[in-house]
Formats: sequence, structure tokens, C-alpha cells
Amino acid sequence: MTTIPVTDRPAVVLSRRPGPRDLVRDVGIVLARELRPLLHDPFSVVFGMVQPIVFLALFGPLLVGSLGGQAGAAFGSGGVWQWFVPAILVMTALFGTSATGSNLLFEFQTGAHERMLVTPLSRSSLLVGRALKEMVPLAGQAVIIVLVMLPFGFRLYPVGALVGLALLALFGVGLGAFSYALAIAVRRQEWMFWVVQQTLIFPLMLLSGMLLPLETGPGWMRVAARFNPLAYLVDAERALFAGQLGSGTVLWGWVAALITAVLGLTVGVRAMARSAG
Amino acid sequence: MIHTHALTRDFALGRGQTVHAVRGIALHVDSGELVAVLGPNGAGKTTTMRMLTTLIAPTSGTATVAGHDVVREPGQVRRRIGYVGQGNGAGHAQRVRDELATQGRIYGLDRRDARRRADELLDALDLTDLATRKVADLSGGQRRRLDVAMGLVHRPPLLFLDEPSTGLDPQNRANLWDHVLRMRSAADMTIVLTTHYLDEADSMAERVVIVDHGEIIADDSAAALKAKLAGDRIVLTIAGPGSAVRPDSDCGTGPADRADAAARLAGLVERLPGARDVVVDGDRVEAHVGNGPAALPELLRAAVAADVPVGTALLHQPTLDDVFLALTGRSLREGEPGGGATDPQTRKAAAA
Repeated sequence: MTTIPVTDRPAVVLSRRPGPRDLVRDVGIVLARELRPLLHDPFSVVFGMVQPIVFLALFGPLLVGSLGGQAGAAFGSGGVWQWFVPAILVMTALFGTSATGSNLLFEFQTGAHERMLVTPLSRSSLLVGRALKEMVPLAGQAVIIVLVMLPFGFRLYPVGALVGLALLALFGVGLGAFSYALAIAVRRQEWMFWVVQQTLIFPLMLLSGMLLPLETGPGWMRVAARFNPLAYLVDAERALFAGQLGSGTVLWGWVAALITAVLGLTVGVRAMARSAG
Repeated sequence: MIHTHALTRDFALGRGQTVHAVRGIALHVDSGELVAVLGPNGAGKTTTMRMLTTLIAPTSGTATVAGHDVVREPGQVRRRIGYVGQGNGAGHAQRVRDELATQGRIYGLDRRDARRRADELLDALDLTDLATRKVADLSGGQRRRLDVAMGLVHRPPLLFLDEPSTGLDPQNRANLWDHVLRMRSAADMTIVLTTHYLDEADSMAERVVIVDHGEIIADDSAAALKAKLAGDRIVLTIAGPGSAVRPDSDCGTGPADRADAAARLAGLVERLPGARDVVVDGDRVEAHVGNGPAALPELLRAAVAADVPVGTALLHQPTLDDVFLALTGRSLREGEPGGGATDPQTRKAAAA
């Protein structure tokens, strides 16, 4: 038979004022909660890689073929994989983190998010904890892709690759935060989430030089790419995965990722604060 | 435990249109009470609850919940209340025990205490066997019990339940209530719930607050509301031809004779304590009486003595739906604007 819990002591410290340490603690709780389903079901990380792997397997060979004799000039000395794999890592980040808002939409639907809003958790931790979680599947996916490509002649520069992963994680946190903000904004018309996500993701991707070198495109595209943070990120990742840690390209990549993260978190935290209404 | 003053909430629909979802609610709930907020869909129940739980801010007015103002100190309020919303509080991708322990951590327990508390609640709500299941794989009733467990993790002095049993079958509803009432008696908790199950409000709550169009239109115990606003109703008919009531009687059985008998019966009904709104319709007599179960046998004895051949006698004891009907002229049950079989006009007159 069941027993009734003892009630002679209060379960919670009631009178404490929230401070910065509580914010860190709250973020930790949210982050741990978000990571738990990943730990129980690590295979789910692989599903997020389907699209990038398809591009890698089916688009990569086409890329070589279509550029024919110019391939060497376009890709530099490292060959097509050295050029394409870092871009595919950015693509994994793009597809994965931009879609993550749908998880929050689902929790809006079920009522789990509402329950969180009634708890003493700070509103910003609900966003920051979720956005930080994006780093983990992203890093896992990147490691898998790199390992898969090693037998195909992809050459790994470990230090550059690690810095590249850190850069990607920072960008992923920002984009994830934007995705959550989008989910909150469209929570009453959920179909809008995918419309907006798809509408933004493809221009961003094509104007980053991720799939095809922009050098072969018209001048207006190269101009447009200058305003695309993703383009800086792709260039920086290519430099880092070629082992060029100190180049200016890498610096611009960090600037782009940092701006994305700061803007994303700002917009996301604001959206989260109003997400109950 | 709860004090609100002129609590109001408007929703802008755009184009200058505004919905007044809650219009000036003054609600006072003392420590230890179990209050049901009853009303039709769109009456403002959930909006009120969302204001009291700090989810949305009032447009005007004030609310103090568990000693703190919901607008100025939402954090203090959140620490002291448990909330079981209309949806499922547990994340579907999470495991049952994990989600309970996380809830404990949120309220300030350390890891070990959070796990211990989770196990206590799993045990108390018959969920122990499901501890490592994914929430998505639970049945509706199991998920609802988990929601209640999550609302109780921090032993809140005040628990809000927003339509806790909607969508559950009768057995699961009864089971859920068993658990809630047991936890309440163990923890001396104040409970405020919304429901549109009339019988639930009737049998569970010690106090019923009826809300309609964003206002409180009645507030009392279910028994008092029913006695005051609806009352017991008796319906009798005179025995017809071929009736077994008095086969040896020389009393006439034509319509005119029966109407005459009904009129005499109405005269007897008038003499019952608390009788009012006596209506004669052909061979049928209907009236409100003070104490139905006592009045009916008394009336039947008088009818026998006065040689009035009563064919059928029906005692209708009021439900909260009758109370709502008396107050608003509408039924709480959707799609039954007149309240079903009985004549709404008569009952409206009873309320006037």
C-alpha cells in the first residue's frame, strides 16, 4: 500500500532573494533537463545529421564533377573534402539549431512549458539553459562527421578542429536562441515556425558559400554574402580545419558568431519573459 | 491564503476590440479551504487562475496569493504555490522520476533530497512502477497523477488545479481524487480548482464559486447554494384510466376529473413547509418544497386522506446545474440551453 509523505519539514527554502548564483543554478537545472533525453537516447543525435550527411554523400561528388578541371583552383590545395567538410559541419549546426525551437513549441502544446513558468526558475534561465544545450548534440555530430570523413582522405588538424568546434558551438547557441524566440513568437500559429525557418535557412545557406564557392557567382551575390554572418563562419571554419589558427578570417568568424550569440540570447530572453501571455 | 480586489483582465483582439475575460473579481480564500470555481467555458475561470498563479498580469485590480502580491513579488508567490494546469506538466521526452526530481531541484532541493522526494511522491501516487518510463508512454490517468505529483513536490501550502480530471474516465477521475484528498489531509493544504464537472464540484469542494461572464455570481457551499437558489422540486400526476392506484374507486377518470383532482392536490401541496411556485398543468402538479424527502411522504398521506388518486410522485433534488440555471437562465451543460427535460420557464420563475 502507499504511504503518505512526511510533512513536518518545509521542502523549500522560502525567504531567499534570487541572486546571480541562482541564475547559474537555474541555467544548470534547465540545461541538465534538456540534456537528459539525449543521454537516454543518444541515437536521436544522429537524426539531426541526416540532411548534412545526404549533402556530404550526394552533393560532394557532384561538386567535384561539375567544376571539372577548375576544382583545384576553387578548393585550394586541400582538395574537395578539406573545403566541403567544414562547411557541412556549419550546415549541421544550421539545420539542427534552427529547428530546435520546435521542441519548445511541443512543450507549449503539452503544458510542460507553462508548468516551468509557474516555478521560481528565472525566465532567462529557461532560454539560456535550452540554448546552451545545443552545443552538445552539435559537438557530437561534428565528431561523427569528421571521423566518417577521415578514411576518404580528409586531413585533420586537431587544434584547429577543436577551436572550430568551439566557434561552431558559440554560433549554435545564438542560432538556437533565435529559434526559440521564433517558436515563442509563433506559438499560436505553429505551422508558421517551419515556414519562417525554411524561408530563412536556404538563402542563408546559399549566400554563405557553403555548398558552392561564391567566387564563381555574380558580383551581387558576393556583396550579399558580406552581410551574412554565416559566410564569415564558413570561411573561418575552413581556415581552422586547414590548421590556420591565426588568420584574420578566423577572427571575423568569432565576431560573427559572437554577434549571433549576443543578439540571439537578447531576443530570446525577451521573448521568454513574455511567453506566458 | 488568497485575497483579490477588483481583479480584471482584458484581452485585446486587435482592431480596437477587447474581450473582458475577467471583470472585477473579489475572491477570498482562507487557509485550509477546498474551493471549486465552476462556470461554463469562457466564463473566466482559467484566466483568473492564470492571474493567481502569476502566469499573466491583471489589467487592473490586485491579488495577494500566499501572502505576496502577484505583480510585485511573483517569485515569492511561485515558491509557495503548486500548480497543475490543463495540459501535462511533465515533458513528454523525459522520464517520470527524472522530471519529478528536476521539479524538486527547481524548488531548491539538493540532488539527494530531490531524488528522495521524487520517490516519496511516486509511491504516494502509485507511480513507482513507472519511474523509468518516458512520460509520452504513460496513459492519460497516469500522466495526470504525475502532474499532481509535480505540483506537490515542494509541499506547497496552496495548490491550484485547473480542470484536473478533464479527459479522464470515471474510474481514473475517482482515483485521482482519492489521491488529491489524501495528500490534502496529510499536508493541510489549501486547494483551489476549476472544473466543469458539476458532480465533482458538488462532492469534492466545501465551497463553490460560480463564475459567469467574468464575474462571481454565487459563492457558498454546494448544499447552501442548492437550498437557496434551486430547492427540492416535486412533480406529481393524478392516476389515469386503468390505473392500479384505486381500481375499486368510483372516482371519475376523465380529463376533467383528473384536472379537478390535480387542483385539490395543488391545494395540499400549498400547505407543505416551504412550498412555492406551485404549477398545475392538466393532471400534473409541480412545486418547490423546503425539504423534499420529508415533504413527499407527508403529501402522499394527506392525498390518501383527502381521496386524491396520485399516480406518480417524483422528487427532484437540485444539482449545481439547477443552481446555475436559476442564476443565469442557462444550463452549464453545453448544447442544452433549456436545461433538458424540464420547463425552463417554471424554474426561472422559481429563481425570481
